[in-house]
Amino acid sequence: MKMLIVGCGRVGSTLANLYDKSGHEVSVVDEDEGAAMRLEPEFRGSFFNGVGLDVRVLRDAGIEDTEVCLVATDGDNTNLVVAQIAREQFHIPCVVVRVFDPNRAKFFEARGLKVICPVALTADLMHQAVSDFRGEEDVE
Amino acid sequence: MNPFILVIGGGKVGANLSRELLANDFEVVVIEQSMRKYAALEKEFEHAAIMGDGTEVTVLEMAGIARADYVIAVTGDDEDNIVICQLATEKYEVKNIIARVNNPINQQTFDLLGVKPTVSSVRTILSMVEHRLPHQRLLSLLNFEEENIQVVECILSDDSVSVGKTLRDLPLPQGILLVLILREHESVIPNGDVELRPDDHLIIITDKGREDEVCDLIVRDREGEC
Repeated sequence: MKMLIVGCGRVGSTLANLYDKSGHEVSVVDEDEGAAMRLEPEFRGSFFNGVGLDVRVLRDAGIEDTEVCLVATDGDNTNLVVAQIAREQFHIPCVVVRVFDPNRAKFFEARGLKVICPVALTADLMHQAVSDFRGEEDVE
Repeated sequence: MNPFILVIGGGKVGANLSRELLANDFEVVVIEQSMRKYAALEKEFEHAAIMGDGTEVTVLEMAGIARADYVIAVTGDDEDNIVICQLATEKYEVKNIIARVNNPINQQTFDLLGVKPTVSSVRTILSMVEHRLPHQRLLSLLNFEEENIQVVECILSDDSVSVGKTLRDLPLPQGILLVLILREHESVIPNGDVELRPDDHLIIITDKGREDEVCDLIVRDREGEC
């Protein structure tokens, strides 16, 4: 499967290494050239240095025939715009985007984006851990 | 009641704009993220300046976006301006927006996502320069965003492929329409017998994105590039 990962931080590089190992064709974009350090020495995919917002960079990285686009730069708004470009302009079948701010996450999820909100997830999981500790089904 | 205008981004553009709007009796709130810039704004605009991330729903709501007559996104980051305008129009149903485009290459993304109207000082200056000092032989004169068509001007050289041909012999496909020829400060209405000459300025209406085709058929040198 062809995959494009925008943002090569902790999340992006983890996914890139993971999918590369399992035999997928991975392209990674990051505005910081040094971010390529996070890719393992045996990584066989390609790394593109550039801003994810720049459609030319996305094209160079092969967005046109990619099946999966994962967006996880450190900027919520950059992520949201890149994800919308992937969906609206290039019609990528699977676009997943990380958004920290729960409000923006909710709003763009309602507009049809597949959004992962680490803040909401962490709160949910911590809440669940407290519930487990107290031996209750649900703490309100 | 005076119309209420919410300005997001308190840099040079946002601050000068807010001052002018206030002088014209609009009600204004300006949001700025950086502490340093906010301090200066607060001194001048007092309670009309708010510090915060103008792409955060809570900040926008505190600034009163729900009752804004106009939302003007003039931050230095195009992705922020896009998201602000999407929130304004779709979440808060603000009727009027203006988005600043900082980097002209992002214009297509604003268009793609329906964020309009946009203002780009770089593009404005560039088109003025190109108009005065055409170094390219194909100039964009006018864009009809909604209709997706544009008016362009082509300047023919001695070697342009179309020079010496009559319009009857010039094969223009559908969607590329020659409407006027400017020749030595006079206008020539195109018909089949008109023969094109060097230094003719051709006014052409065409679908957007077909500049290369126009170039290839009309302006390009016989041997070489556009």
